[in-house]
Amino acid sequence: MSLYEIAVLGGMFAVTFGVRYLLIGFSSRIRLSPAFERALAFVPPAVLTAIIIPSVLMPDGSRFDLSLANAYIPAALAALGAHLVMRRLIVTIVFGMAVFFLWKMYF
Amino acid sequence: MKQVPREKNMKRTEFFRGARDTVPLLVGAFPFGLIYGTLAVSAGMSVPAALGMSAIVFAGSAQFIAVGLIGAHAAPLVIIATTFIVNLRHMLYAANLLPYISHLPQRWKIPLSFWLTDEVFAVVAKRYPSQDPSVCKHWYQLGSSLAMYLNWQFWSAVGVISGSFIPGIESMGLDIAMVVTFVGMVVPYVKTKPMVFAVVTAGGASLAFAWMPYKLGLILAGLSGIAAGYAAMRIFRGNDHVAV
Repeated sequence: MSLYEIAVLGGMFAVTFGVRYLLIGFSSRIRLSPAFERALAFVPPAVLTAIIIPSVLMPDGSRFDLSLANAYIPAALAALGAHLVMRRLIVTIVFGMAVFFLWKMYF
Repeated sequence: MKQVPREKNMKRTEFFRGARDTVPLLVGAFPFGLIYGTLAVSAGMSVPAALGMSAIVFAGSAQFIAVGLIGAHAAPLVIIATTFIVNLRHMLYAANLLPYISHLPQRWKIPLSFWLTDEVFAVVAKRYPSQDPSVCKHWYQLGSSLAMYLNWQFWSAVGVISGSFIPGIESMGLDIAMVVTFVGMVVPYVKTKPMVFAVVTAGGASLAFAWMPYKLGLILAGLSGIAAGYAAMRIFRGNDHVAV
């Protein structure tokens, strides 16, 4: 392992564990302001959406691909539809992936 | 003190129920782990570092993004800052679980925090508030956590191995597993107007800032979404749960 890798892994471990442990580990000594707690509620959907949208519309990481050949778009829409109807994560995941690979086969 | 057999049974039952209820998410995580492993190798990471990241960081989306940054030879500080922002959502999960686990000793708090992922939270957030008198629901979380952790180690290792032996596996689009899993995780949040503002803003901003290097666009988009949601909530004040 290179020094670069050790720095990256060490730092990633520290911030990830820190974020997960801070509130739980020091629960008796930490009070969150209600404003901060409310803002925190927006973090998961905002960050997850910011990860999803470019992955779907720019699969190569730099250019929009709105063509039929971009199987990420129908797969994401299929997953969305499946979740709205069934509300079961397993169905969403399996159906979305199935649409993705079938689409790739036919287009 | 010797444990009464009934309590011991209960712990075991909770543990295995937790693991069992996590099975759907294991299915979603397996292609994700596989592609992480293959990408890590093709980004030029050494095998111990690729496996080590799964073992000590254990955060799928952050690992995924970090691998992209490592491939681009980003500075460690950039990668660590991005990881921090991407994983900040875990603090919300921790805040949500506090009422249920704050009474536990540190020997429980440390591992349960270390293993707290989107998937484990999604599963245990349903178990803890349920109306039954079980006093060992933390064993349920332990079962869920261990199932996720072992699954993740296994499939990242398979990815690392197949990345070295199956050429082109990284371009098969296995990252679709991450996309559809996250779609299923975002939908349940989007029930109020401020949440709609947060999600639409984050999505729009992620495209507007996509040109930025080092995934800075992701950080800005996430922050824009949080700010938009918070601002919308202040505007609709007094009625936090306005239905869409």
